[in-house]
Amino acid sequence: MATSAISQSASQSAGTGARGGLRAWFLRSENARGYALMGPTLVIMFIALAAPLILLLLYSFWTQEGYTVNTTLTFDRYFDIFVNDTSENRLFWTLFQRSVSISGVVTLVTVLLAYPIAYYVAFHVKKYKFLWLILLTIPFWTSYLLRVFAWKIILGYQGVINSGLQSLGIIDAPLEFLLYNPTSIVITLAHAWAAFAILPIYVSLEKIDRTLLEAAADLGDGPWRRFWRITFPLSMPGVISAAVLIFVPTTGDYVTPELVGGTQGKMLANLIQIQFGKSNDWPLGAALALSGLAFVGLIVVFTVAAFRAAVSRVR
Amino acid sequence: MMATPRRIQSPKTARPSIGLMIFAIAYLVFLYLPVLFLPVFSLNDSAFIKFPLEGFTTRWYDEALSDQNMIAALMNSLKVGAISAVSATFLGLLAAKAVTRYRMRGAGTAMGVIMLPLFIPEIVLGISMVLLFDAVDLPLSLVTVTIGHIMLTVPFAMAVLIARMDGFDKSLEEASLDLGESAWMTFWRVTFPLVLPGIVSSLLLTFIVSFDEFLIAFFLGGTDMTLPVYIWSQLRFPAKLPSVLAMGALILVASCVLVVLAEWLRRRGVSDEAKKGAIGI
Repeated sequence: MATSAISQSASQSAGTGARGGLRAWFLRSENARGYALMGPTLVIMFIALAAPLILLLLYSFWTQEGYTVNTTLTFDRYFDIFVNDTSENRLFWTLFQRSVSISGVVTLVTVLLAYPIAYYVAFHVKKYKFLWLILLTIPFWTSYLLRVFAWKIILGYQGVINSGLQSLGIIDAPLEFLLYNPTSIVITLAHAWAAFAILPIYVSLEKIDRTLLEAAADLGDGPWRRFWRITFPLSMPGVISAAVLIFVPTTGDYVTPELVGGTQGKMLANLIQIQFGKSNDWPLGAALALSGLAFVGLIVVFTVAAFRAAVSRVR
Repeated sequence: MMATPRRIQSPKTARPSIGLMIFAIAYLVFLYLPVLFLPVFSLNDSAFIKFPLEGFTTRWYDEALSDQNMIAALMNSLKVGAISAVSATFLGLLAAKAVTRYRMRGAGTAMGVIMLPLFIPEIVLGISMVLLFDAVDLPLSLVTVTIGHIMLTVPFAMAVLIARMDGFDKSLEEASLDLGESAWMTFWRVTFPLVLPGIVSSLLLTFIVSFDEFLIAFFLGGTDMTLPVYIWSQLRFPAKLPSVLAMGALILVASCVLVVLAEWLRRRGVSDEAKKGAIGI
């Protein structure tokens, strides 16, 4: 994207700005004109994104009694989650572990399945590339709720698989293990987030300079060596952004555990939602959301760093 | 795509591509088959979602379209979607023009803030806006849903429009300014017509994102229901399922048509360089 080049030239100009009067003035006015244009967008993002997140942080240090909020700052909510022997503490860790492991498996499965497709479209499809890309993109834009719901129909007690197998006479009674467990969540999410994996990986594969592969071939590398030493390391940015784009939002998914997870498949988002519904404890909900987000963020940072290190060793 | 002459797609690499092709086609089936069960059962003459299929009927569509609450929810979604799409595309256009045409200090940070909603789970966005609207005493309604959806869809509009802005020759704008047109007239007579396919594409895509969005509408809607929230509320009534499937099938078809149109507009005429950037989202 063009922004890195822009910010680079802006920082260069900051150095020379003090000396050249006219030039500095011009650049400053470019800044002013740019931000004036961008202003309305930034204002909306402040109102609807930054301000709510700041309030979320404040709320997590407040206390709620009935319908009144006590704005004395306290760490009690975080103590309840991390230190004290409370039901919140046990629930948070159970659901956090479940959310992270389900999302981890989903991320792994989705990326592993998506890579060959992205590779196929980037390197082997020539004539109908556009068609393939559209076909792979459409599910990305269609209703998430309906895509998740489709799996409830398929895996349900009276669902497509059970009633299909029964009417074919293969089974006598419906299989109960299909729905309402972590596996059904993994299947559903791997399907719902497929496009998020394919597109970033495809972009990074498409960008690879083909002459590098030619050079390796000329120097005697076989197809596998070429793939592991050139294509795979160069596609890492796509793989990493796909993994982050899937892992972070799925740890906070609410719809899928609610529809296909059953009681043994509740995840962190369901616990957070309860604080804003039945339990009516907004500060606890805020603290749970921020704790989850912070830990997920830490996991992402460490995993990405470890992964980068491992891949650079391959090269 | 650009023709790359003399690739290494020699016989050596041509063989494994058959295995890959079979895998790719199987994957497409995995991608589309589950969703196809919605229209299949919406046309099935049975109140139960199960095999064997009973016979063809359109009565679930009649039932869906005569459900006043469902139609009201549909209208709500259309309103929210239209206002969000127009607002997000307008805001995206301003920001895209700013970052592609001006050298700005901190433009990268500003872009990062605008793109942030893509990286935060929707539940966090939803609950934090509930807190804000409560703090400023703005009752939850379609208005608050729309504010949430504008925030959520601006990144999509930005991504589409930046690619489009980068994709055409900037000297056209400079020529117009040199020849004496004002900045405003240059925008209307040069920039706007060139960016128009991107604008239409952005309108369609942001509309679809808002129209299909569930969780933020669920948190911010109060008693007002958008179509996904209404569908959600009906999922626990088995008797309502077939008509919900009928409406779902209609939504899927409409979404597909809009997406194909939007993608076609987005990719048409954009230079190869910009195309690669645009596919990323």
